[in-house]
Amino acid sequence: MVPLNHYLVLSGLLFAIGTAGVFLRRNLITVLLSIEIMLNAVNLTFVAVGRYLNTVDGQIITFFVMTVAAAEAAVGLALVIALFRHRETLNPDAFTSLKW
Amino acid sequence: MLLLIPLLPFLGFVINASLGRRMSKSLSGGVACLAMIAAFAVSVAAVMRMLGDSSGAVQQDVYTWIASGRLNIPFSLRVDHLSAVMILVVTGIGSLIHIYSTGYMHDETDGEYARYFSYLNLFGSFMLVLVLGANFPVMFVGWEGVGLCSYLLIGFWFRKKSAADAGKKAFIVNRIGDFGFVLGMLLIFATFGTLDFQQVAAAADTRAIEPAMGVMTIATLLLFLGAAGKSAQIPLYVWLPDAMEGPTPVSALIHAATMVTAGVYMIGRNAVLFSHAPTTLAVVAAIGVATALMAGTIGLVQNDIKRVLAYSTVSQLGYMFLAMGVGAYAAGIFHLYTHAFFKALLFLGSGAVIHALAGEQDLRNMGGLKKYVPVTYWTFLIGALAIAGVPLLSGFFSKDEILFRTYTSSNPSAKLLWTVGAITSLLTATYMFRLVFLAFHGERRHDVPVETSHGAPAADPHDPSSHPEEEEPAAHRAGAHASTSLGTGGHGDRHGDVHVHDAPPSMAIPLIVLAIGSVVAGYVGVPHALGGSNRIESFLEPSFEVSESARRTETLAAQAAPPREPEGVRAVSAQREPQGSESGEHASSPELTLMLISSGIAIAGIGIAMYFWRWNRPAADDMARRLHGAYNLLLHKYYVDEVYDSAIVQPIKLISTGGLWKGVDAGLIDGAVNGIGEAIRAGSGILRRLQTGSMRTYAASLFLGVVLILGWYLFRS
Repeated sequence: MVPLNHYLVLSGLLFAIGTAGVFLRRNLITVLLSIEIMLNAVNLTFVAVGRYLNTVDGQIITFFVMTVAAAEAAVGLALVIALFRHRETLNPDAFTSLKW
Repeated sequence: MLLLIPLLPFLGFVINASLGRRMSKSLSGGVACLAMIAAFAVSVAAVMRMLGDSSGAVQQDVYTWIASGRLNIPFSLRVDHLSAVMILVVTGIGSLIHIYSTGYMHDETDGEYARYFSYLNLFGSFMLVLVLGANFPVMFVGWEGVGLCSYLLIGFWFRKKSAADAGKKAFIVNRIGDFGFVLGMLLIFATFGTLDFQQVAAAADTRAIEPAMGVMTIATLLLFLGAAGKSAQIPLYVWLPDAMEGPTPVSALIHAATMVTAGVYMIGRNAVLFSHAPTTLAVVAAIGVATALMAGTIGLVQNDIKRVLAYSTVSQLGYMFLAMGVGAYAAGIFHLYTHAFFKALLFLGSGAVIHALAGEQDLRNMGGLKKYVPVTYWTFLIGALAIAGVPLLSGFFSKDEILFRTYTSSNPSAKLLWTVGAITSLLTATYMFRLVFLAFHGERRHDVPVETSHGAPAADPHDPSSHPEEEEPAAHRAGAHASTSLGTGGHGDRHGDVHVHDAPPSMAIPLIVLAIGSVVAGYVGVPHALGGSNRIESFLEPSFEVSESARRTETLAAQAAPPREPEGVRAVSAQREPQGSESGEHASSPELTLMLISSGIAIAGIGIAMYFWRWNRPAADDMARRLHGAYNLLLHKYYVDEVYDSAIVQPIKLISTGGLWKGVDAGLIDGAVNGIGEAIRAGSGILRRLQTGSMRTYAASLFLGVVLILGWYLFRS
């Protein structure tokens, strides 16, 4: 049996990687991918803790997260395409006009 | 029935105010006169009923006006002997002045004419509420109402700036007095728990006379402030001379015969209360006599015919207050009553002169009018003789009564008061006859300003409407201008100088009636010393005492209370004795002596006037030159207006502009409002920089927030 701590460390690493990706990458698609990584890091935590506690709650909520992630990916990609058509770039720093 | 008395003129007001524009002059004037005459008829009937009633008073509670806890104020009207005199004076002389006005105001347009009469009727209505009110609040309604009408009528020709200003001045000065009146009223309610005149008198009667200061003294002093405002006494008299900007009949009705006597009436109404505050009485007497003297001296040098009469009114009102102040309430009311006749007559006479001269008010431009306006001249002369106190005319009896009562009063400085009063009497005779001689005698001086270019010779002097209105547009304009700016017929201009005309019948009849009144009105008060019975005093006396019914209820109430009362009652009756019984058995020789002295004074005054302004005109100018300083002081009315202006008006303006406007309003209030706005704007200016639009920054702050919250939960223990 792999102990719980390993899962948690792995999921923490994945989450950190995803966060770093969101902050550091200059491509919107990569940012979206990074968000997926963060979500999956959380999923991993849910499943691991569920197994540790001998319940299925963690797995159930994981399905919800995956559903939301799919929807998010669909909307996000649609937005990215629209933005690209508009500005011919995918650099998130180019889209700062939505302010006072 | 009593309600009908004020209601009839009010009805006239409603008709003229709502339909006046569409009514002809004769209709709107007729409605107004009819309303007033009907009110007079009802008043006579009411007084008859009152005299037949054994209780000596008729009261009508119309409805409960205010009921709140301890405070219960019915809208009650009450006729007793005092208010009987007043309503007869108000409606009687009011009717005559209404009739006179139909002639005097004939050159106004239909709408203005109706507006004038609607105000006049409204005034009559409020004045009757004032005198009929059976408690302070009802009286106060009338009090404020007549103030309003006074304002409206002074500023009747509101397109003329001085008239509008004079109206405002009257209104504002009266506000100061009304402030005192309201405070006094509240203090009385707080002290006695009632505002009904009868109950207040009964309650005051149970108290001891206040030696120096006390709650009744303060209350009466506050009431007197109100009276001083309304009745034009020092220090609030300044509005009355300016009030002459109004039409002359208004000056006669409001600013001579009725409204300005409201203060005197109010003190008479509360005679019991005032009798319990000797300090107040001393103040009233001193202010009255000071006002009488001051106004008399100013009247001596004024050149505007109406201003002379205005100062004369102030002076006579001072006499009335002197009478009130020495406790001779009946004498004061008697003088009020005779004064209403002869002063209304004098004002209407001066109005006729002004009318005849097409708006000329300056005495220096009159002269020699005697043969052109005989009716006006003779009636005016009777009025002047009456006010001067020439024996056997009305003013003689009433003024003499006041001076006699002053002389024999218990006031410590009675002799001084009498002396000043006598000097004022001399001044009165002098300035009145100065007026007569300057206006009616001597050579004509009014030719110069009169326009003679076209001199329409065929004009009938008795019918102003027959003048060639359309023939000469320029003259017509000038005439119309004169009628709006000077307030009298512009048609005089078009007469040419030969057509100075006497009063038309609508104006002459009131003059004649008032002249007769000025002669005979005094005979209700022939003093005992002359073998008369002084009926008016015994008639009025019950009104200045606690009525029997009120006293009964009060003693019933007081029996439960600690019996401090008998002492007070005895003190009161001791105080009252000199007024009540004195006239009967007082040795008549000093009265006769005083009477001779004042007759002598009156004749001396006339003689002085005759010397200076009839026989030896240069002597008057010479005197004015030699007493240059005093003359200027008087001509500028002791510079009181200037002093008030610099001592009160300018500082208030300064405080208002510099302090309240620019400091408090613009600085503090606007500053606070704008400051809050500015602070929020500045704060937002900083805060809005947080909204960068950069997705990454948002994500970072979100992340930071999550970390902080989680960190707080993890490390808080």
